Amino acid sequence: MSEGALLLTAAAGGRGLALGAQLPALQVVAPLLGAILCAFLRKGVLAWAIASLVTWAMPVVALALLWQVQTAGAISYAMGGWAPPWGIEYRVDALTAFVLLLVSGAAALMMPFARKSVAGEVDGDKQAWFYTMFLLCLAGLLGITITGDAFNAFVFLEISSLSTYVMIALGRDRRALVAAYQYLIMGTIGATLYVLGVGLLYTLTGTLNLVDLGTRLDAIGMTPPVLAALSFLTVGISLKLALFPLHAWLPGAYAYAPSFVTAFLAATATKVAVYLLVRYLYSVFPLVRMLSEVPLFELLVALSIAGMLGASLVAVFQDNVKRLLAYSSVAQVGYIMLGVGLANEPGLTGALAHLMNHAVTKAALFLAVGAAYYRLCTVRELTTLRLSDLAGLGRQMPVTLGIFTLGGLSIIGVPGTAGFISKWYLALGALEHGWWWVVVAIMASSLIAVVYIGRVIEVAWFRPAATALAEAGRPNAAMYLSMAAFAALTVYLGFATEWSVGLAGRAARMLLELAP
Amino acid sequence: MKLDLILRVTVKLLLPFMLVFALYVQFHGDFGPGGGFQAGVIAAAMIILYALVFGLEAAKRVVPLALVQFMVPLGVFLYAGVGVAAMVLGGHYLNYSVFASEPAHGQHLGILLVELGVFITVSGTMTAIFYMFAGRGR
Amino acid sequence: MSTLLEPFAAHYNHWVTIFLMVSGLYIVIAKDNMIKKLVGLSLFQTSVYLLYISPGKILGGTPPILDPRFAVYSNPLPHVLILTAIVVGVATLALGLALVVRINEAFGTIEEDEIFEERGVEE
Repeated sequence: MSEGALLLTAAAGGRGLALGAQLPALQVVAPLLGAILCAFLRKGVLAWAIASLVTWAMPVVALALLWQVQTAGAISYAMGGWAPPWGIEYRVDALTAFVLLLVSGAAALMMPFARKSVAGEVDGDKQAWFYTMFLLCLAGLLGITITGDAFNAFVFLEISSLSTYVMIALGRDRRALVAAYQYLIMGTIGATLYVLGVGLLYTLTGTLNLVDLGTRLDAIGMTPPVLAALSFLTVGISLKLALFPLHAWLPGAYAYAPSFVTAFLAATATKVAVYLLVRYLYSVFPLVRMLSEVPLFELLVALSIAGMLGASLVAVFQDNVKRLLAYSSVAQVGYIMLGVGLANEPGLTGALAHLMNHAVTKAALFLAVGAAYYRLCTVRELTTLRLSDLAGLGRQMPVTLGIFTLGGLSIIGVPGTAGFISKWYLALGALEHGWWWVVVAIMASSLIAVVYIGRVIEVAWFRPAATALAEAGRPNAAMYLSMAAFAALTVYLGFATEWSVGLAGRAARMLLELAP
Repeated sequence: MKLDLILRVTVKLLLPFMLVFALYVQFHGDFGPGGGFQAGVIAAAMIILYALVFGLEAAKRVVPLALVQFMVPLGVFLYAGVGVAAMVLGGHYLNYSVFASEPAHGQHLGILLVELGVFITVSGTMTAIFYMFAGRGR
Repeated sequence: MSTLLEPFAAHYNHWVTIFLMVSGLYIVIAKDNMIKKLVGLSLFQTSVYLLYISPGKILGGTPPILDPRFAVYSNPLPHVLILTAIVVGVATLALGLALVVRINEAFGTIEEDEIFEERGVEE
């Protein structure tokens, strides 16, 4: 009785909040409301306009949150006025603000590209639903990041996943349906394993609040049920983030989804899953790094290196361009998880910085491929883009293929591009452990990247043109704007690292100091 | 199906009771087990039962597809709208206490509206799923 | 004998959970028919519902509605969580079945091995 009265008092105490204090809720609610509006309107152009307005507002909110965190420390927002740990808490700290900025920024920069590209690949009457799904997915991804509640994260995970399956199934190739189905099966298994782990933790501790869970688990220690929960959570989230060898859904999903969806997913979806795993491994289970009998971090390093090398090798032999880049994404997830597994300051900084660097780079690459596909589609029927279709395209679309080449250089890790910076920090992290062979693996994976990126570049620039292109089918200025923005960021983040390494380092130090 | 008199009469007798039961589950959610999810499913089951016995076309005359497609976002809009209204009134998102001078009354009003939104969306979605599957492959 | 059976009897709800979970996962992995896979997936999800719901019941507890006559209440939170999870499960199943219908229209079969082998989905 007294506890109920206490909660109601807490609920009544929330009067008179300023706009600045409402920002955590706005970050998720605005895309949700936008999705509802799109579903009401049913007009492709109007839906795009709403989606753009909402999406462009999101980085502003994220920047404001980042500023609040940097000046006043972590923000806690009590959903519905119910005080944490009883109610759902939205919690923004240095890591959350960084990932929020990454997701919302990537989505905002992509929106100009969406209009023409989606209109070209999705039927007219489905476009409004497409933007509904896109905004739902964005709301889900931002929700996973901002929520401080384990079960709420599951709900947002499923919101973003279900809308993603729909967006993938809208691809032109009929194989998109099979890819979406396979992703649905794998994704649901992953999410269910996650919720199994959360269920075990809830039975053990009686709380779902992540901060509260961390404190209570410290008191319990690493008992067998806690370890079972840890393994369920790790495997479940690893499925969602496509850690090798749980990546089987990713190449098909990326290859057959509409171009815009592929770019959006590559830049955001796996990144948010990485965030969730980092949150559990560093904030909820900090004890696990202290235990020598649980070689979880060593296992992560081993799987990451296997992914970096294995997926890169598979990418070399791909004929479908988007599939090639998808395997490259699996390899890049390997880099990120390598840093997570290294569990020291430069390693974790490199991993988090690579979240942003890889998002920017892959967005530039997939958007360039999307623009090439868009142009080729105007002259002939194409369901997917094969390597041979790109023959000689460098002369015909020099800007697009130039951006692709720049992105490719960043994937390889050439100094002066974003990709180099994060690899540098990962190597530093490995050397701090004295693991020189990890550095060798990073370099070997980069060399394989030279081969698969080189194949595309060779075909595009040095082969005679395969298709005569019509002037009318040129991508419009808005599409070039999106591509150029990501290309510029790829170079910018290669020189000025305050937004990538600076923010990532702050988040990494917070995560590592939090551990005893 | 036209000749199946007993089925048709029984279903017609059953339908109003199903609706009343749905509304009971909806509004009794304050005092006992119940709420928008369950009530929405019961209401949708009523429409689906009607469609099974009298045919999809007859059901679509009573509850048109356009209405169903409108209901799906409408309920979510009501839910999210209640949350935003709480923010406008100066509370946290979905803090119902700000809706009335007495927090308990505000909570009551808020959960009533939110559950109504859930009811609309769930019944709409369930009916929409049935319409989509039943109307396919003819 | 009783000490041998005790861990099984005392936590029988967990054994049911584990059985459902493993059999569901087995169906998803072992079957090629896409509908059967979805059935397995639903079974797998159902095991989680049981995992959450069963510890929420407190012996002798009443529904959690404040009343001066009762002091012990069952935990309502797992029910709320699982209500959400069930809705997620329904949405997943509906979307999965919709995809299978579309796959059947596009490929003329819902057997995964036939789609992969004959139509060359994986290139």
